[in-house]
Amino acid sequence: MLDLNAIQKSFDDTAVLRSISLSVAAGEIVALLGPSGCGKTTLLRIIAGLETADSGEVLLDGEDVTAVPVHRRGFGMVFQDYALFPHKNVGQNVVFGLRMQQWPPEKANGRAAQALELVGLAGFAQRAIHELSGGEQQRVALARALAPAPRLLLLDEPLGALDRALRERLMLDLRAILKQAGGLVGRPEGITAVYVTHDQAEAFAIADRVVVMNAGRVEQVGRPTDLYARPASHFVARFLGMENILPAELLGGQPPRAQTPLGPLVFTDLPNSLPVGAATNLLIRPEAARFTTADDTGENVVHGRLADVSFRGRYQIATIVVTVGETAVSLKLEFDTAETLPDIGQPVSLRLNPQAMILLP
Amino acid sequence: MWQNLLANKRRGLRLLGVIVLLLPLLFLGLFFFYPLVNIFRLSITAAAFNDLAQRPYFRSILWFTFWQAGLSTLLTLLAGLPAAYLFAHYDFRGRSLLKALTTIPFVMPTVVVAAAFRALLGVNGPINQALVGLFDLSRAPLQLEQTLTMILLAHVFYNVAVVVRLVGGFWANLNPRVVEAARVLGASPWRAFREITLPLIRPSLVSAALLIYLFTFTSFGVILILGGPQFSTLETEIYRQYVTFLRPDIAALLSLLQIMFTFALMSVYARWQQHTAVSLDFRPQQTNLRRPQTRLEKTAVAALIAGLGLFLLSPLAALVWRSLVDRDGQFTLAYYQALPELRRGSVIFVPPLTAVRNSIGYALLTVLLAGLLGVLTTTVLVRPSRWRNWLDPLFMLPLGASAVTLGFGYVVTFNWLRTSPLLVLIAHTLVAFPFVVRSLMPVLLGIKPSLREAAAVLGASPARVWREVDLPIMGRALLVAAVFAFTVSMGEFGATSFIVRPNSGYLTLPIAIQRYLGQPGALNFGQAMAMSTILMLVCAVGFVAIERFRYADVGEF
Repeated sequence: MLDLNAIQKSFDDTAVLRSISLSVAAGEIVALLGPSGCGKTTLLRIIAGLETADSGEVLLDGEDVTAVPVHRRGFGMVFQDYALFPHKNVGQNVVFGLRMQQWPPEKANGRAAQALELVGLAGFAQRAIHELSGGEQQRVALARALAPAPRLLLLDEPLGALDRALRERLMLDLRAILKQAGGLVGRPEGITAVYVTHDQAEAFAIADRVVVMNAGRVEQVGRPTDLYARPASHFVARFLGMENILPAELLGGQPPRAQTPLGPLVFTDLPNSLPVGAATNLLIRPEAARFTTADDTGENVVHGRLADVSFRGRYQIATIVVTVGETAVSLKLEFDTAETLPDIGQPVSLRLNPQAMILLP
Repeated sequence: MWQNLLANKRRGLRLLGVIVLLLPLLFLGLFFFYPLVNIFRLSITAAAFNDLAQRPYFRSILWFTFWQAGLSTLLTLLAGLPAAYLFAHYDFRGRSLLKALTTIPFVMPTVVVAAAFRALLGVNGPINQALVGLFDLSRAPLQLEQTLTMILLAHVFYNVAVVVRLVGGFWANLNPRVVEAARVLGASPWRAFREITLPLIRPSLVSAALLIYLFTFTSFGVILILGGPQFSTLETEIYRQYVTFLRPDIAALLSLLQIMFTFALMSVYARWQQHTAVSLDFRPQQTNLRRPQTRLEKTAVAALIAGLGLFLLSPLAALVWRSLVDRDGQFTLAYYQALPELRRGSVIFVPPLTAVRNSIGYALLTVLLAGLLGVLTTTVLVRPSRWRNWLDPLFMLPLGASAVTLGFGYVVTFNWLRTSPLLVLIAHTLVAFPFVVRSLMPVLLGIKPSLREAAAVLGASPARVWREVDLPIMGRALLVAAVFAFTVSMGEFGATSFIVRPNSGYLTLPIAIQRYLGQPGALNFGQAMAMSTILMLVCAVGFVAIERFRYADVGEF
């Protein structure tokens, strides 16, 4: 439905987007995920028509809209700070887009009421903007964007201005609303949306597909589960919050092994593109370790010291320091809360599950 | 016992405050309210009321005063809005320089602005000469001297800074996403401006319009010098009724009208300022600025910069140029070299250089007097007390009476002092005083009370606190206030034109310029240009000093 073709953009000779190509299917929610300054917001603004690309094209249903001005694109957009019109009340805000489309007032008000109901703010039409809480403002912004039945909904860090607890709750609501909005906008396949965020939990919770961006490039595209299972690069793994990444050299063999600072480790997941001897990184998932006895001499057994424990509710994170010769390697590993850990400072022995380790390409 | 001592001390401090305030209050009473009362007394005559009510002449003057101010305000807003937009949205090289340039006319004395426009657009001005040369004409195509066009141009030139500062500052603080949201929702650029931007910047637009209306309503020098005898406003008519027609009663009645109207407008302005303090979606100014991106944007921005720069600089450049060339276009220093001479048949009775010297003397003494009064006033006013709420506006009142009214009041009250230079000095001090208070107060109010408390806890007496905390922080503001007082005195025209007798040796530079401009002859004109250039340079240097020492964003209007 939406196709981006080799989009490039620089500000004052600094490249912000380096040839981005991307397709979004009808009814799909795609998240652009990346650290601040990766170009995700600029890309969104280029899709909206608020910014012009230096080169490349934006296609909508196969039609080139690169030169179409922003107000003729028929999109909806939710801004990070909501950008509600402070001099209009809730109802006037929501009805604004419909007025631009010359809807008769009667019908427009009905549609606005529907949109407010969809976001759970029925009866709020007469309220002034400054009377609303942050969460309510966010919902008004969503209703305002949805009311004119946009072909494409763009969301720029819509939960970024909210506190953590509210954000957690709205994440789930937001996905539900977007999936239901197809009825309101008359698209049975559901609304098509591009969602910009720097928060991986948010991207995973809301999007059907996630585009990880870094320094103006796409690092990886995939469903949340795929991304989690097979991060395509060191950057993606780090950005998704995985911490145990060790330099590794592929030794080959079946099952494959890699030489790491912890000694040779056996693992099962090998990207097929890597030749033997390649220098790369080994990712150890936090759930990879089981305790074993100090005299265990089997494969993937490491001996270290428990440095710290952090309680996280259903699980606990143990920091384990393994000293091999001169170098100390620190691993962050998750254990069930039910499991009794040794005292801090005690030696521990661990066996690492080969299936919970992958070699990053 | 301690409590008694403390209570005594507090009472003592309050007493000290009253004594310190007494001096400025006395000054204000004697040299502001007393002359106003005299004007009021003078105005109550049946003859004046009858004349004013019956002669259509006065009705047309009143009407002209109102509509020329309205038209000037409208034109200034139209000219200023694109400039305000430019400064609110774009970052470009030389931005701060151009922004400073827009303020330059605002600090220029009226006489200089009037002289500059005659230099630029006069029959022998560079524009006419260029047009004659270009199209091979036999006479100057632009006959603008003594026309309304010239008055309006000068008013726009003068007040464009108000729009740029007030509206531009406000606009820059608007969240640009709000307009973008409207655009995404299908609003065309014009529609988004009309429905979103305009309502949101309206408070600042109204503020600017009210201020400009006030300024152009009371405009005196521009109309007197550029308009000639056929244009008369309330202000110039006060002057003419007193000086030419010898009708002090009518002049007094007109003054009263002027004061009533200005105060009404000022209270509307004050009320509006309070009313607009509603919370809008504000963000820091820095984030909204961007460099022009597309070619269209770049062209538009470049055109705006060029147009604005040309509009602001060409009159002043023409002034300098015409002080340096003779009638045949040859470079000459003759106009400057003649300044120390008393020419035969001169319109003033001392060499022009004496006027320069007089003005500098007045200005230095004004700095001293207004500075002293200002420091005394603000030191007391800055401490919270029940007096502050009505004393603060009281000290701003002199801004409300026009300089002409003030000068008129002085002449009818202190006629016996007119032969000494003292009256001019007092008038300048009174006019400069509100500026000094306005420069000092925000800075002093900005000092956190905890600073003073910390010093006191550490053992500093109140006097010591003032010397160690207030004074050093005030230092820069004091410098700004001093420069303000200096330039205000250098350029003061309205009051001085009343007070200084035609044959006086104590006349000031603006008075000398006005006399020379009113005389025919190339030498007179050239010398007026030379004197205006000197005055302009002095004020420009003062302006640069203000811009340099001012605390950023404190005390704009």
